[in-house]
Amino acid sequence: MTRLFDQKISVLNIGLQSFADNIATAGAPVSSIMWQPPAEGQIEAGLVLARLLNDPEVIKANEIAMERYLGVEPVLVDVQTAGDVLPDFRADKRLLHSGPPIAWQDMCGPVKGALMGAAVYEGWAKNVEDASRMLESGEIQFSPCHSYNAVGPMAGIISPSMPVWVVEDANSEARHRTFSNFNEGLGKVLRFGANSTEVLDRLRWIEQELAPTLQKTLQVTGPIELKPIMAQALHMGDEVHNRNAAATGILIKKLAPSILKTDASTDVQERVLSFLASNDHFFLNLSMAACKNMLNAAAGVPNSTMVTVMARNGVNFGIRMSGTGDQWFQAPANPVDGLFFPGYGVEDAAADLGDSAITETAGVGGFAMASSPAIVKFVGGTPQDATNNSRRMQSITLGTNPAFTLPPLNFAPTAAGIDAIKVVDRGVLPIINTGIAHKEAGVGQIGAGITTAPLQCFVEALLTLWAKRKGNS
Amino acid sequence: METRIKVFKNLYKDSVSLMQISAELLKRPDIDGASVAMATETNLHQLQEAGFELNFDAGPNDLFVAIRGADAEVLDTILNEVEGQLTAAPVDQGDSGTYSQPNTSVEMALDAQPDANLALISVPGQFAAAEAMKSLRLGLNVMLFSDNVSLEQELELKQYAEANDLLVMGPDCGTAIINGTPLGFANVVRPGPIGVIAASGTGLQEVTCRIHQLGSGISQAIGTGGHDLAEQIGGISMLHGMRALAKDPATEIIVLISKPPAPAVAETILNLAREIEKPVIIHFLGAEPESLEGNGVFAAETLAQTAEMAVGALSGSPSRTTEGALDLEAQQRLKQVTGNLASTRKFLRGAFAGGTFCYEAQLLCRAAGLKGYSNTPVAGYLSLDNIWSSRENTLVDLGDDDFTKGRAHPMIDPSLRNERILMEATDTETAVVLFDVVLGYGASEEPIAELVTTIHKAQSENPSAPAFIAHVCGTDSDPQSREATIETLESLGVLVASNNAEATRWATHIVLSRQS
Repeated sequence: MTRLFDQKISVLNIGLQSFADNIATAGAPVSSIMWQPPAEGQIEAGLVLARLLNDPEVIKANEIAMERYLGVEPVLVDVQTAGDVLPDFRADKRLLHSGPPIAWQDMCGPVKGALMGAAVYEGWAKNVEDASRMLESGEIQFSPCHSYNAVGPMAGIISPSMPVWVVEDANSEARHRTFSNFNEGLGKVLRFGANSTEVLDRLRWIEQELAPTLQKTLQVTGPIELKPIMAQALHMGDEVHNRNAAATGILIKKLAPSILKTDASTDVQERVLSFLASNDHFFLNLSMAACKNMLNAAAGVPNSTMVTVMARNGVNFGIRMSGTGDQWFQAPANPVDGLFFPGYGVEDAAADLGDSAITETAGVGGFAMASSPAIVKFVGGTPQDATNNSRRMQSITLGTNPAFTLPPLNFAPTAAGIDAIKVVDRGVLPIINTGIAHKEAGVGQIGAGITTAPLQCFVEALLTLWAKRKGNS
Repeated sequence: METRIKVFKNLYKDSVSLMQISAELLKRPDIDGASVAMATETNLHQLQEAGFELNFDAGPNDLFVAIRGADAEVLDTILNEVEGQLTAAPVDQGDSGTYSQPNTSVEMALDAQPDANLALISVPGQFAAAEAMKSLRLGLNVMLFSDNVSLEQELELKQYAEANDLLVMGPDCGTAIINGTPLGFANVVRPGPIGVIAASGTGLQEVTCRIHQLGSGISQAIGTGGHDLAEQIGGISMLHGMRALAKDPATEIIVLISKPPAPAVAETILNLAREIEKPVIIHFLGAEPESLEGNGVFAAETLAQTAEMAVGALSGSPSRTTEGALDLEAQQRLKQVTGNLASTRKFLRGAFAGGTFCYEAQLLCRAAGLKGYSNTPVAGYLSLDNIWSSRENTLVDLGDDDFTKGRAHPMIDPSLRNERILMEATDTETAVVLFDVVLGYGASEEPIAELVTTIHKAQSENPSAPAFIAHVCGTDSDPQSREATIETLESLGVLVASNNAEATRWATHIVLSRQS
């Protein structure tokens, strides 16, 4: 107060514009806020938000979470069978899917189709009808990938016999591990819910020929650092979520000579290399496992409001926040603003789907859109819009990630570490680049575009954190 | 239905650009179906699915345009347009626009204006406490104009502020002058040695304006909001302001204004006032001055007197002049104005924009022995059954919630108040219409433009119109001219007093003389 009398008055005006005009006329500095009720007018949530804002414990917790996230060095070390490496995974008939938990009857078409396909692939069911019955009755169980430190794009199915990438944190003594499945390419694929013989045959080829060859390859190459590949790809037009052409190319450069050094037959080597070369999205699953690894390090810091997971199950969008541990906060997914392939429209689209929003959570994907102007054209935007999207995300993150820089922003680092408080307080939603799946199983990708994370997830997370604090005090 | 298909050999365009062109085509009402894509196997298959015949030769390195519509001529034109789009060189729009993001929260605005030290909050009441708490947590002092903030929330805000050495003015704080800057509804008052703290908005305006009119000025004018001196809040803001003004080298005299506080709170405030080494002038509206005075504390009976005592204190000891009978000149003027009044016109009608003016007028009427009614009655006054009609002596506060629901406060939009003045003037029992005109920032830019017509109408329609008595709360430095306002009112025959207390005394004098 005494300080106020010693200072030149400088005002922030929240509400009636005429008050600001008067202050300006009187000659004092004043700026007005484009005020909207925070949390879309939920009064109690607005109060909780206010009480958490600038809280020293929250600030400290967020610094810790951010530091842990930045400290991770994700390296690709191995290819393994999911059932062998995911803890307790093989104990029962269990399949993993993307996004937050969901009941069978509530699932969208592509996830149902993919789960049925995986049940047949595992030999648990004779056919998809059989699989449907077993999934419905609970004979086959399912869980989110995230419950097993794993991620998968679109339907995100991981079954015990499938190979998974093993990504380790080279900077942690425990060498913390995360996993992802293999990218099958475009067209009729399991992750879009297709489950025909062709699809399952390809999965078996991946299991029996591709995975063992790449396992042997990695023994030749040794661990492959993933952050530098992602960083390099950001300078080559990728944002390593919806565009992975450059990153896939870099990966192939690293793998190809060693593939030729394996004892696999020339036929096998040729098939493996052709498969990698035919799929511009091959790196996506590695990008996701790397992002998951970075964010797992930030999870579970009490009082932290840093978002550690964003994922969709084709119905709901779910997030996890560091200070609230493994708890999911869900809301219906926001619509996708995008372009459709010829012959398809918005009425054919499934709701936003997949674990791949882990890339945005880690500060790439939509957050790095400036590096990938091609992406913004999906919504009829300009390269300027792409850079503005990246800049706007800086207003809702705890900081930036110096490992990932964006040439169009004069090589500024990407915005990283989404702060749920800032999202709710500022009403700026995290942006996500996404593919659009057909709502029916097996049709595949029908478009791509941009969407946002629904506000209510962040509101619920903050309310829960606040209740937790009240309970502890 | 016609179709047109054109193949561009060895023309590559990325799929996103082509999807954009397709999407644009499909938006046109004269196009029924369209596809622009590279002729890959998948795309050709999709084209067939969409109902086009694959009667052309194209491979993966070729680009096709397929459109369908009713009018062949239109299709040809469109096909030409598409060809133009496909072959045109891209235009670089450059990085011309500088990026700016609107500040949608206090924290963002503070990032943009890092030296900000006060948040002025006037959002709807149910959201106001959250915005105030955020501002405090970011280290800002707060003026909370919004009302409808609960006492629990007010206490939470003020306790947080107190622990962090910040000031909260409000909730329901309409006016303040901090470091010479008028905030909310405030007048342009000369800088000077008197620091004022008030729990009453128009009370603060009246006292600061009167100080200005008397030639002195204000160091700080701090509003506390109307609930600060309630038992639950304990006068946190007033006590904070008193300590700050006690330390402030620019402040020589401290003035406190409020309706009578809860007894325990009054005690705390008086104790602090007595400790402070600077003279403290207190005006608790309606309280006995003698009960407050002593140890450097002086008490005033009216708002105007508060200002007079504060200015007096600058040149020695502030003395309270007893307000006696009106001087002869005034009595004669009043007589002159009321000489032709019909004998039925016996009562006083007050129509106020300022709540504290209505309150003070009631207190003075009561002291003069006039009983009456109000929508906001003081002790001894009766509550109006119907606030929209007056009876006998009635003084209404048109800024009260019951009148302002769904409309602007009469200081901003005086039309409702003017209607009331017309209604009272038309009533054949009315002897005097008493009102206030409030100037300053936030108030109507033309506060009496409509009132002139109103009074003129009342006078022309009533051969025996009542007396109009007013006072103009403002200064000669306000955006609206106080001098011109007074001049216009006087030209209509309105008696303009220098302050609310004087205006009320004139009014009671008339009414008492007609009722005796």
